[in-house]
Amino acid sequence: MTRLANAFGKSHPALVCFVTAGDGPTDAVLDALVEGGADVIELGMPFTDPMADGPAIQLANLRALGKGTKTADVFRIATDFRARHPDVPLVLMGYANPMIRRGSDWFADECAKAGVDGVICVDTPPEEDAELGPALRGAGVATIRLATPTTDAARLPQVLETATGFLYYVSVAGITGLQQAATDSIEQAVARLKAGTDLPVAVGFGVRTPEQAGAIAKVADGVVVGSALVELVGQHGEDAPAKVRELTAALAHAVHSAKETAA
Amino acid sequence: MNDAPAPNSFRNQPDDRGHFGQFGGRYVSETLMPLILDLEKEYNRAKTDPAFKAEFEDLLEHYVGRPSPLYYAERLTEELRKNAPEGPNGEKMGAQVWFKRDELNHTGAHKINNCIGQILLAVRMGKTRIIAETGAGQHGVATATVAARFGLPCVVYMGAKDVERQQPNVFRMRLLGAEVKPVKAGAATLKDAMNEALRDWVANVHDTFYIIGTAAGPHPYPELVRDFQSVIGKEAREQLLQRTGRLPDLLVAAIGGGSNAIGLFHPFLDDPSVKMLGVEAAGHGLDKDHAASLAGGSPGVLHGNKTYLLQDEDGQIIEGHSISAGLDYPGIGPEHSWLKESGRVEYTSATDKEALDAFQLLCRTEGIIPALEPSHAIAAVVKVAREMPRDAIICANLCGRGDKDIFTVADALGVEL
Repeated sequence: MTRLANAFGKSHPALVCFVTAGDGPTDAVLDALVEGGADVIELGMPFTDPMADGPAIQLANLRALGKGTKTADVFRIATDFRARHPDVPLVLMGYANPMIRRGSDWFADECAKAGVDGVICVDTPPEEDAELGPALRGAGVATIRLATPTTDAARLPQVLETATGFLYYVSVAGITGLQQAATDSIEQAVARLKAGTDLPVAVGFGVRTPEQAGAIAKVADGVVVGSALVELVGQHGEDAPAKVRELTAALAHAVHSAKETAA
Repeated sequence: MNDAPAPNSFRNQPDDRGHFGQFGGRYVSETLMPLILDLEKEYNRAKTDPAFKAEFEDLLEHYVGRPSPLYYAERLTEELRKNAPEGPNGEKMGAQVWFKRDELNHTGAHKINNCIGQILLAVRMGKTRIIAETGAGQHGVATATVAARFGLPCVVYMGAKDVERQQPNVFRMRLLGAEVKPVKAGAATLKDAMNEALRDWVANVHDTFYIIGTAAGPHPYPELVRDFQSVIGKEAREQLLQRTGRLPDLLVAAIGGGSNAIGLFHPFLDDPSVKMLGVEAAGHGLDKDHAASLAGGSPGVLHGNKTYLLQDEDGQIIEGHSISAGLDYPGIGPEHSWLKESGRVEYTSATDKEALDAFQLLCRTEGIIPALEPSHAIAAVVKVAREMPRDAIICANLCGRGDKDIFTVADALGVEL
């Protein structure tokens, strides 16, 4: 959790990068993200039924599962990452069923042992927090909540109540990787969220280019990029790390310098 | 499994958070959560609104053709008695078999009951676009039907494999004005169609109503689908009392997601003398490919609810298999998971082969071509009726007609059409 606070406590907005565990040479891809300048890593846990994801991440899930990726492999990847990069925060993102399969205590314990800083469970809203939340927070793992354009003022306090680590603002009502939202609507939304919480707010869904990432970084504490990176892994397979490093560096430059150019 | 004391009523689920014991709930992404809460509020209002009830009942009577008949299957009853054991007074055993004829509904199955209820809710909520998922196409056809009736555009998601296998239903939906979108993701069957419908919904929350086809999904769907389908059990209860002067001894229904079964069972749950049997699809056998989530699965979370699922040790979902596309789903409605754990309802399964045999038996003895889904229920009736006394009454739900299945059956019997 301290690692997350440090990443968002830097003098510039944070670049949050998502890739799917077990898709392509994941260890080398994660290193490429760090080398390129990613501040926070989101590692996707593959699932057979990724219903909040667009085509790019759906395919990544199928590729990872097709190669036989197991939950044990996800934790192996996380553990090794933590050994190589002691200071870079790592967050697991995925769906409830693989997380609760062996019980929430088991999952929270594995996260803590692997040095996982937080968990984003897409299909567990605050109403079902009891499923995973107490176990994770008890183990010192952040429960990162999603807020969306449909999260209205009446509902926001409930979302924030069990949110720790950072708040992930899903900028469009939709699935990952497709549309992008207008920057001014994002600015208003982030302001609304920040009025209710001291947590950093990272914005994602549909952010693909350094230009988009830079524009969002002007108004948010962090920017999440997923599908564009996952597509590179899909296209380039074993050769993906170099391409991933290149895109990450361009994204990082845009995000890290966004508030300087704004002045 | 039955350690907990029996509840005062089996009919007061779910709780106000949508849980049936440990099952059910609202496992959806945050984008959908406000919408689900709106739907719950609107449904609670509709439930107590006499105008809503009146419109629902009027459409069921004049558009769907309800009440559906209750039919005493005399020749089937006699056929099953032929090789039944002898009872205490030397007579052959064998219960009387009655059918609730929901296959006579408009569109040929029970699915339409629920679609009528949900489209009335959609209209109440001011939604202007309808989406649905479908496996074999029965729910897709029923949804396309009510969308046409109410003049709303309709998109039906259907696994690409199912689109290929179920061309007549695809054409029916198109005739009714629906757009059928083949889903190529994953295994390209029902669960993937449901994923895709959820993806559409999350991107179109403001104008779109998702008509879910079975008593599953996030709260309040399992409750409202059950309530709309409960017309089956309410009618059956009244008809049985009127025709036989008493309650039945056993209710039998097939279970995929479980909407026809919960619709028949629910109004009887607090009648302790009435036993109930839900019949899952055992496919090639419970030790091989099947779709029996209760018999061969374990609790998990999928498609918005916690329930029994077919899954591996990592929680990855395993594809179901059944000769009946309508039962071919790796989950089951959460209320059935709860009824199983509470012990109130007994669950069994029937294989593809047993269902095929029962299908042919009903054709020959009663002149009724049943769908492959209720053929599983009939297969279970065949097994249990012989062991019951002659004055016992079984009521099985004949939830769909078999016109749609004749190609599958011909194929399974090695007949070329």
